[in-house]
Amino acid sequence: MKIGIPKEVYPGECRVAATPDTAKRLQKLGFEVLIEAGAGKAANFSDAAYAQASCELVADPLTLWSESDVMIKVRPPMLHPELDKPEVFLLREGGTLISFVYPAQNHELLEDLADRKATVLAMDAVPRITRAQKMDALSSMANIAGYRAVIEAASHFDRFFPGQITAAGKVPPAKVLVIGAGVAGLAAIGAAKNLGAIVRAFDTRPVVKEQVESMGAEFLMLDFKEDGTGQGGYAKVMSEEFIQAEMALFAEQAKEVDIIITTALIPGVKAPLLITREMVESMKEGSVVVDMAAEQGGNCEVTKPQEVYRYNGVTIVGLTDLPSRMAQQASQLYGTNLCHLLDELGGNENFKIDFENEVVRGATVLRNGEVTWPPPKPQPAPQPAQSATPQPVAPPAPPKPEPIATTHPAAHAKHKDKSHHRSHKDLVWLMLAGVALIGIGIGAPPSFLSHLTVFVLAIFVGWQVIWNVTPSLHTPLMSVTNAISGIIIVGGILQLSGAPFSATAILGAIAILIGTINISGGFLVTQRMLKMFQK
Amino acid sequence: MTSSLLTVSYIGSSAMFILSLSGLSNQESARRGNLYGIIGMILAIVATTVAVGMSGFGLSEYGTLAIAVLPGIVIGAIVAARVAMTSMPELVAILHSFVGAAAVLVGIANYLAPAQPLTGVEAVIHEVEIFVGVFIGAITFSGSVVAFGKLRAWLPSKPLLLPARHWLNLGMLGASISLGSGFLSAEGYDGLTPLLIMTAIAIVLGVHLVMAIGGADMPVVISMLNSYSGWAAAAAGFMLSNDLLIITGALVGSSGAILSYIMCKAMNRSFISVILGGFGADSGAAPATATKIEGDVHQTTVESTAQTLRNAKNVIIVPGYGMAVAQAQHSVSEITKTLQGLGVNVRFGIHPVAGRMPGHMNVLLAEAKVPYDIVLEMDEINADFPETDAVLVIGANDTVNPSAIEDPHSAIAGMPVMEVWKSHKTVVMKRGMASGYAGIENPLFYKENTEMLFGDAKKNLDAILGHLR
Repeated sequence: MKIGIPKEVYPGECRVAATPDTAKRLQKLGFEVLIEAGAGKAANFSDAAYAQASCELVADPLTLWSESDVMIKVRPPMLHPELDKPEVFLLREGGTLISFVYPAQNHELLEDLADRKATVLAMDAVPRITRAQKMDALSSMANIAGYRAVIEAASHFDRFFPGQITAAGKVPPAKVLVIGAGVAGLAAIGAAKNLGAIVRAFDTRPVVKEQVESMGAEFLMLDFKEDGTGQGGYAKVMSEEFIQAEMALFAEQAKEVDIIITTALIPGVKAPLLITREMVESMKEGSVVVDMAAEQGGNCEVTKPQEVYRYNGVTIVGLTDLPSRMAQQASQLYGTNLCHLLDELGGNENFKIDFENEVVRGATVLRNGEVTWPPPKPQPAPQPAQSATPQPVAPPAPPKPEPIATTHPAAHAKHKDKSHHRSHKDLVWLMLAGVALIGIGIGAPPSFLSHLTVFVLAIFVGWQVIWNVTPSLHTPLMSVTNAISGIIIVGGILQLSGAPFSATAILGAIAILIGTINISGGFLVTQRMLKMFQK
Repeated sequence: MTSSLLTVSYIGSSAMFILSLSGLSNQESARRGNLYGIIGMILAIVATTVAVGMSGFGLSEYGTLAIAVLPGIVIGAIVAARVAMTSMPELVAILHSFVGAAAVLVGIANYLAPAQPLTGVEAVIHEVEIFVGVFIGAITFSGSVVAFGKLRAWLPSKPLLLPARHWLNLGMLGASISLGSGFLSAEGYDGLTPLLIMTAIAIVLGVHLVMAIGGADMPVVISMLNSYSGWAAAAAGFMLSNDLLIITGALVGSSGAILSYIMCKAMNRSFISVILGGFGADSGAAPATATKIEGDVHQTTVESTAQTLRNAKNVIIVPGYGMAVAQAQHSVSEITKTLQGLGVNVRFGIHPVAGRMPGHMNVLLAEAKVPYDIVLEMDEINADFPETDAVLVIGANDTVNPSAIEDPHSAIAGMPVMEVWKSHKTVVMKRGMASGYAGIENPLFYKENTEMLFGDAKKNLDAILGHLR
C-alpha cells in the first residue's frame, strides 16, 4: 500500500505528517511512502533527506493524492490554494485519510468526505486510554505548545527568569503563573521552572496537585471550604462561589506575577474567560500574558488571536500556531504518533479498520463513506475531570502517567467482573419474581391485583424518594414516617360502624386512640426537631 | 360523599405524603415537607369520617370516634412537647409499637366483623391478609416495646443469646404458619382461637428477636421496626381494600428498609446477621488472633486539652452516644462558638451509626444550635483528618476504632470508621477504659498522638469551656 504525505496548505502551517525518520518506520511497517516535493521544507526537512530515506518524491499534488491509498496529514483537508480545489476532491474515491479532523466542528467536511466514500481516522478522536497514549497526538502537540508558550513569554519578557545576585546588584526571579495543569500546562511549568522562574499553578481539579508539585511548582489551592459551604444545595452554590473565589485568586495573583500562561481549553466550546481586562491592567508594566486558548476565543479578555501586541504595557501573546513554530519537533512527534496508529491498524500486511479494536473504533469517524462518529459507547475511563473543568483535554500527565493510567483499565476490568457476577444473581431474582407474579396472576382475583399494583408502585416511589433524604435528617424522617403510618386509624374508623360496644367497635376505638397518639406525636415532634436545624 | 370523592381525597393525601417525604431531602424544604404530611393526614381522616357518615354512621359512632381521637391528640402533643432530644430513639420506638398494636387490633376487629361477605379465592386471600397483617403487627409491637426498654435501660442492652435461638425462631415461625392453615380452614368465627394463639407467638417472637440484638445495633433495629410498622399498615390496607393505607404502608416500609440498609452498610454487616442478632458471637475465634495492642495510654488534663484546642487551626469534633448520655450537646455547642470566636475552624464528623438511631447526633447538635452546615457526614470529612490539628472524640468508641481498617482479624474489620488517628492530635473523652458495644479493644487509645481525658463528658467540657473563655 502507498502512503501519501502532502504539503500542508494551511497558511503558516510548517509541520509535516512524516519526517525522514518516521518515513523509514512507515517503510518498516511495509508501506511505500510517497511525499510531495517540498513538503518538509518549512519544518527543515529537505527533499534530499526524504529521498535518502527511500521515499518517492512526487512533484504534483494531484498525482500524489490519486496514487496514494492512505493519505496522512496534519491539518484537516481544506481548499487547496494553488489548485483552487478542495483537498477532499483530490482524495481518491474510497481512499483513506488520517489527520486532525475535529468532526464535532467540521460537519460539512465530514459530509464531503462521506461523498467520496472515504475512510477517515481523526487523530483528535483517538480515545484517551492508556494503550492509546503512544498515538495521542493532542497530548504530544500540547506538550510542545506548553514549552513554546514559555519560550514566547521569555522572548517578550525583558528580564531574567532566574534570580541572580551579581556585582551589579540583585535580580529577583520571574514569577510565572500557569492556569490549567493539563499536558500543556505541565509542560509550561516544567519549562519555566527549568529556566529558573518561580512557578505557581492553578487547576480546578485538586487531583493534579501532586503532578504540579512533582514538577516543582507551587499549587494554588482555593480555600473555599472555610466560607461555609454546607450539605444542602451543595454543588450549585459551590460552583458559583468557586468561580468567584477563583477569579479573586487570579486578580490577586495578577498584581504579583510577571508572566501568566493560560491553558484552559474545552474542546468544541468557547474557552472560559479567566483573566479580565482589569486584571491585565493591574499587572506590572513589561509583564507577559500567553493565552494558549486564543484560537477558541481566549482565556484573557484582551487577547487578539494570532497576534502579539502590547496592551497597557503588558505583552499579550495570542499565537495560535505554537506547535507549528517548532515544526521540526512537532512533525517528529506527530509522525511517530501516526506510525503507531498505522501499526495498530495492522501495518501494510494486515491493514484493516477493525471495529473490535477500541482505539481504531474510537478514531474512525468515517468508514467507506459511512459516518461512524461519535463512537457508540464512551470509551472506558474517560477522565472525569475532562468535562467538568476548563482544561486542555488532558490525559494523565506525561511525567507520571503510570499510576493514573494503569489503574483505570484494571479498575474497569474488576468492575466489569463484579457487575457480571451481580447480573447473574439479579437474573435469578428476576426469574423468581417472574414466577411469583405468574403464580399470583393465575390464582388471584382482579380486586386483589389492583391493590397489588398500587402496593408495588408505592414501594418504588418510596424507594426513589427516600434515597434523596439527607442523612442528617434521618431522625425526622423516622418520626414523619411514624406519624404517617398512623394512617392505620382509617382502618379503625372503618371498624366503628358495627353495633356500639361490640368487640369490633371497641378494638377499633383502641386502635384509633393509639394511632392518633402516633399521628399527633409524630408530626409535632418532627416539627420541633426541624425547627432546631438552622444554618 | 360518594366513593369517587373519597378515592380522590385518598389520591390527594397519598400525593401529600410523597411530597412530605421528598421534602426531607434537605433542611430548607424539610419543614414544608412536614406540613404536607399534616395536610395529607387531615385530608385523609376528614374524608374517611365524612364518608363513613354517608354509610350509616350515627351519633354514637361519632361519639366513640371523638372519645378515641381527642385524648390521642392531646397525649401525642404532650409527649412530643416534653420529650428530650436525647430520648428521641425511645419515643420513636414506642410510637412504632403503637402502629404495630393498632395493626393487630384492626386485623382482629376486621376478622370479627368482615366488611363484606366474600367467597372462594377472595375469602382465602382476605383471611391470609388478616393473618399476615396481625403477624407483622404483633412482631412490630413487641419488638418495639423491647427496643424501647433497652433504650430506656430498663432491659440490659447486652444481647440475650439463648441456646439454639435460630431454631427457636424457626420453630415459632413454623408454628405460626401451621396455625395459619388452621385459621384458613376454620368456619365462622372459629378461626379466632388460632389467630389469637398466633398473635401471642408473634409477640414472643418479636421479643426474642430484639432481645438478641445488642445496643450498638439499635439504629438498625429501629429502622427495621420502622419498616415493619409500614408493612403492617400496608397489610391492613390489603385487608380493608384501602389503597391509601397500602400506599402509605409501602412508603414507610421502603423508607425503613432503606434506612436499615444504610445503617448495615455503615457497620459493614449483612442485614441478616444483624436481625439474627448476637454481635461478636459468630466471630468467637477472632479475639484470640487479633493483634495485641502495645503502648501506653497518655492521660491528659482539661487545661492542656483547652490549650490544644486553642492553638489549633482546624478542629473536628466526633461525637458518639457518650455525648447523648452525658447530655453534653449544649456544652459542645458553646465550645464550638467560643473556638469559632478565636478563629478556629470547627467542624463535626458524624458516623452514620453514631447514637441509637439514624441521624440521632444531627438532631442533638441541632437542638444545641450547632449550624447544620458544619456538621458533616463521615464520607465528607474522612479525607480531611490528615490536615486537622486536633480532633475531639466525645463518647465515641467503635466508630473511631482503627482496627476496623488495620486489623483483618478484628470483629469490626471492614467497617467504615472515622479516621481520627490520622490527625495531628486526638483527644478522646471517655468515662473509663471500658470497651464499646462491640466489646473489642481500641488501639486508638494507645496511639502516640492520642490523649485520653477521663471523666464525665459534660463536666469536662464545661471545664474546658471555662479555660477557653
